[in-house]
Amino acid sequence: MNIHEYQTKDLLRHYGVPVPSGHVVHTETQAAKAAEEIGGSRWVVKAQIHSGGRGKAGGVRVGSSINEVKKIAGEIIGSLLVTHQTGAEGRLVRRVLVEQASKILHEYYVGLIIDRATRRVTLVASSAGGVDIEVVAQQTPELIIREVIDPAVGLLDFQCRKVAYGVGLKGPLLPQAVKIMKGLYRCLRDSDATMAEINPLAVVEGNQLLALDAKMSFDDNALYRRPTILELRDFDEEDPKEVDATGHGLNYIALDGDVGCIVNGAGLAMATMDAITLHGGRPANFLDVGGGATPEKVANAFRIVLQDPAVKIILINIFAGINRCDWIATGIIQAMRDQNIKMPIIVRLAGTNVEEGRAILSTSKFPFIIASNLNDAAEKAMIEVKKIINQAMPLTKGRP
Amino acid sequence: MSVFLNKDSRVIFQGFTGQHATFHAEEAMKIGTRVVGGVTPGKGGTQHLGLPVFDTVEEAVQATGADVSGIFAPPPFAADAIMEAVDAGIKTIVVIADGIPVQDMVRVERYRLGTNSMIIGPNTPGIITPGVGKVGIMPSHIYSPGRVGIVSRSGTLNYEAVAQMSELGLGQSSSIGIGGDPINGTDFVTVLKAFEDDPDTDVVLMIGEIGGPQEVDAARWAKNNMRKPLVCYVAGLSAPAGRRMGHAGAIISSESDTATAKIDTMEALGMFVVRNPADIGATVLKAVRSRD
Repeated sequence: MNIHEYQTKDLLRHYGVPVPSGHVVHTETQAAKAAEEIGGSRWVVKAQIHSGGRGKAGGVRVGSSINEVKKIAGEIIGSLLVTHQTGAEGRLVRRVLVEQASKILHEYYVGLIIDRATRRVTLVASSAGGVDIEVVAQQTPELIIREVIDPAVGLLDFQCRKVAYGVGLKGPLLPQAVKIMKGLYRCLRDSDATMAEINPLAVVEGNQLLALDAKMSFDDNALYRRPTILELRDFDEEDPKEVDATGHGLNYIALDGDVGCIVNGAGLAMATMDAITLHGGRPANFLDVGGGATPEKVANAFRIVLQDPAVKIILINIFAGINRCDWIATGIIQAMRDQNIKMPIIVRLAGTNVEEGRAILSTSKFPFIIASNLNDAAEKAMIEVKKIINQAMPLTKGRP
Repeated sequence: MSVFLNKDSRVIFQGFTGQHATFHAEEAMKIGTRVVGGVTPGKGGTQHLGLPVFDTVEEAVQATGADVSGIFAPPPFAADAIMEAVDAGIKTIVVIADGIPVQDMVRVERYRLGTNSMIIGPNTPGIITPGVGKVGIMPSHIYSPGRVGIVSRSGTLNYEAVAQMSELGLGQSSSIGIGGDPINGTDFVTVLKAFEDDPDTDVVLMIGEIGGPQEVDAARWAKNNMRKPLVCYVAGLSAPAGRRMGHAGAIISSESDTATAKIDTMEALGMFVVRNPADIGATVLKAVRSRD
C-alpha cells in the first residue's frame, strides 16, 4: 500500500525527522490561507497523487506571492496530471500540499529498502539527491553507500555516522543526519513499511537538514496489525476493479489488452499471460483466484474481469491442487447464467477433480471452448479474438 | 533425493489439528510419508489421525525424533511457529502460509543464523519426493518417480511443468517450491546445489518469476558449479513494471528484473532456456537427451 507525500511527512515528523512546515488543502482559497499561516515569501505547491515524476509533469510549482499560490493551486487542483507512472489518462489531483519554500544548498538521498539478497533492511544513501536513485545506481554507482541492518540490534549510531560521513554529511550536519536516519528506520520498523525514502534530504539555509520530499510503501500482509497506517489508504488512488477484487480475495491487475484471464496461482497466471502474448494476443488482466476457490469466488472473478469493456473473450486456466475443478466449473456455469455472458469462453481444466469439472461443463447448455493444455488454450483464444475482429471490421476481411 | 525429504524423514505438522493441516497430513500419509505426530498448543496429550499431539515442538521432537515439520499456522502466527521449529532443532521446515509480513521473515532469517535448520518457503506448495512422500499441498497424483529435479517459486506453474513432463514420460526425483515471497528461507542456489549432489537427479528445472536477482544469480552459480544440465523458465514476460503480480515478490523494480532480461542472461550463460511456457516439458526432454 502507498500513501501520499503529506501523510508520509506527518509520520516522519513524529519520528523526529525535520520536514518543511506545510498544510494539505483542497481548494485555492484554502491554499492562500495556508500560505498566509505558514508565512515567508515563497511557497511550494505540490500535487498530492500516488505517483513519482510530479515535478516534471508540472505538479510541483513555486509561488512568490499569496495570489500566485492561489492561482497555482487553482490550476493544479482538479487537473489531470500525466506522469511516467500514471499512464496517458493521467490522475486527477484532489489536493495539494502548500509548504514553505527553502533555499537549497545541496541535495542528498537517504532510503531504506528490504534487500532480498541479504534478507535484511538496508540503509542506502547518496550525495546525488533529488534524482531517481535507480538512475544514480546505474550511472554513478560509486556515489551510493549501503549499510545492512541487523534486525536483532536495529540501526546503530555508528552505522549512521559511517553512511553520513561517506556521502559527505560532515561537521554539524553529521548529528542531524544520524537522528534522521534513525528516525526513518524506527518509522519503517514500527509501521511495517517495505520502503522508506527521503529524496531530497536537503541542506538548507542555516546549515539545517530538511526532508523536502519523502515516500513510503507498506506491507499489505502486515496491515492487519497497523490500523493507523491502514487509515491512510486512499481508495481514489487505486483502480476500483482492483479494490473490488481484493475485497473478494482475488488478485486482479488491469492491463491494456482484450483477452480476459482467470487463472489460479500467480505464477501460472503470469505464464498464461505470456502464452497469450507469444501467440500475438494481449491479456486484459492478471487475475489469480487463489487456492480453495469457491463457485462464488469464480463468479466474482468473471464479474470483475467483465467490468473492463475492452475484454472480448475470457480464457480460464485452472491447474487445481488445493482447488477443485468441479467447484470451478460450477462457478463458471453460475457466472454464465447470472451474468448473461455471451462472449467466447475458453476453458482449460487440469488437476484435482478434473473429470467432474469437465462433465459439469459439457452437460451445460453453454458453448464452452475446451482446451486440452496451455498452448491449446492460447491458440484457441487467438482464433476467437481474430473472429471477433474480422466481424467488427469487414473491410479488413481476408487479413489474419 | 535425500537432502530434504527421504524415506528416513520423520515428519510432524504444526497446527496439526486444523482443517488444512488435517487434510494435507492425511494426503501425505496416503502416499507413504512417515508422519509421526503433530503440534497444537493446548491439545497436547490427545490423538489426531491416530497419532500423538504435542503442546510444543520440542516435546514432539523428543518423543518422535521428528526432523521435518510442515507449518500450517496462519500468517500472523507463522513466524513464531518457524522459530519454535528452529529452536527445537528441526532440520527441514516447510512453511505453507501465504501472507507472512516481510519484516517477520527478516527476523526469522536472523534467528535461523548459525543453526542447521533449512526453511522451505514461505508461500510454497511444499516439497515432494515421488514414491517417498510429501510435505505440502500439491496434488501428489500428478507427480511420478523420475530423474528430473524441479525447483520453483510458483506452485501451480510447478504443476503445469509436471503435467507437460508427464506427457513426455518424464518423472521427478524431487520437486521443491521455494515460495513466492520477497524473502524466502531457501534460495534457488541452495536447492540447485542439493540436486547437483544428488545421485538420483540427472537434470534440473528451475522455474522463476519476474522480480529480484535470484534466478540470474542461480544461473551464474550453475555455470560455474553444476555439471548437470539446468533448464530455466521465468514467468512474467508480459508483466508491467512496478506492479506486484500476485506474489509479494513478483514486482519489476529495475530493468534486470524483467523476464526477458533474466532469460537473455541465462541463455548467454549457456542454460537451456524456455521462452514459451508451453515448451517447458519439451525443453526438459531436450536437456535429458543432451546427456545421452
